[in-house]
Amino acid sequence: MSVKHALLALLDQGPRHGYGLKHEFEARLGQSWPLNVGQVYSTLARLERDGLVAPEPEGDEDTERRAFRITGAGRSALAEWLSAPVPREALSRDELLVKVVAALEAGAEPAVRVIRAQRTATLELLQRHTRSKAEAARRGDLPRLLTIDLLIAQAEAEVAWLDRCEARVAAGASDPGGEVRR
Amino acid sequence: MTAVLELDQVARVYGDGRTAVQALDGVSLRVAPGELVAVMGPSGSGKSTLLNLAGGLDRPTTGRVVVDGTELGRLDRRRLAALRRRRVGYVFQDLNLLPGLTAVENVALPGELDGVGTRQARAEALAALDQVGLADRAGAFPDQLSGGERQRVAIARAVVGQRVLLLADEPTGALDSLAGEAVLELLRARCEAGIAGVLVTHEARYAAIADRVVFLADGRVVDQTTVAGGVV
Ligand SMILES: Nc1ncnc2c1ncn2[C@@H]1O[C@H](COP(=O)(O)OP(=O)(O)OP(=O)(O)O)[C@@H](O)[C@H]1O
Ligand SMILES: [Mg+2]
Repeated sequence: MSVKHALLALLDQGPRHGYGLKHEFEARLGQSWPLNVGQVYSTLARLERDGLVAPEPEGDEDTERRAFRITGAGRSALAEWLSAPVPREALSRDELLVKVVAALEAGAEPAVRVIRAQRTATLELLQRHTRSKAEAARRGDLPRLLTIDLLIAQAEAEVAWLDRCEARVAAGASDPGGEVRR
Repeated sequence: MTAVLELDQVARVYGDGRTAVQALDGVSLRVAPGELVAVMGPSGSGKSTLLNLAGGLDRPTTGRVVVDGTELGRLDRRRLAALRRRRVGYVFQDLNLLPGLTAVENVALPGELDGVGTRQARAEALAALDQVGLADRAGAFPDQLSGGERQRVAIARAVVGQRVLLLADEPTGALDSLAGEAVLELLRARCEAGIAGVLVTHEARYAAIADRVVFLADGRVVDQTTVAGGVV
């Protein structure tokens, strides 16, 4: 995962101390992705080892008090990462998918119950996201808005999938020889 | 608080005999002033039927519909029409506005039909247009407005004057998601000002703007969200 690259993106704007990096990272993504300062220092140590950052010349010996700057290699690594699409092919083992399929063992009705309960819960989540979004918009907090937009898009996709599941399960139940077979 | 809209065990059957369709089957729903309720459900689940009954455009086969304290079934045609005109606003997917009238004339129309008087109707219409951010387009004809602007005019018309109930059936129609959201934020703001709203939508992201989401399937309420508090 790319804490490493997020830190490089900040360092690309100018040299920074570990503590400042933690602070800036969290100001942008901290609400969904808390970062402890130890993680920042260990990431910086790895970046330094790989030659992607270097300590500022007139800095302190102590990692915790040194400022770092991005190197040429660091800039290339950042550019390469930014330009590469994130791979999305693999479907992670989704508990909801497993649950719907498991419920289907006992028939269409239990599966529909699972689907409906999940849809209601996801809609409630979507309602909360929508409220947070209004707040973030009032604050003009762009990184937070982008984060919530992603959460909303994921919840929306899940609801759309659940709608489709319900329609398929219903169609399969009324037409056993039809599209849906188990 | 007393509900602005109350459906009590409402059923609606279209046709009879073998071709009868049970569009709604024992639906109960209360919507308080200031509350916006979204209705979701598959095509044919009875969403538009519910709105039509709530707005007195159609009558239930059994059950009661109460709007603003009045049971619609007890009203004769003329009184029902008057209540609809004065108390209920509708926003449809499209074709909301009369093309030959400007935005402000469209919004003023319900008031004028109601005998409010041209000047007052126009003043109320301008105020309503101002609330939806379109005061400066008051003189534009519908074909001079974007789809999103037309829907905002439709919302202004639906809440102008003394309306207490706002019924919207897929008001985001063909709008893109940002314009759609803007329309719904407005709808929500109008509800927060004290009107009760019912919003039919297929889209979860729009439904989530409501205080409560009710799910219909085969004419029945199968589930609903509880009022969601807290922050993510
Ligand atoms: N005037 C009518 N005469 C006969 N049947 C009708 C009438 N209006 C609706 N129906 C039927 O009642 C059922 C519910 O229709 P309704 O329009 O309420 O669905 P809906 O949930 O709004 O669907 P959609 O999402 O497609 O708009 C459908 O089976 C429909 O065919
Ligand atoms: Mg409909």
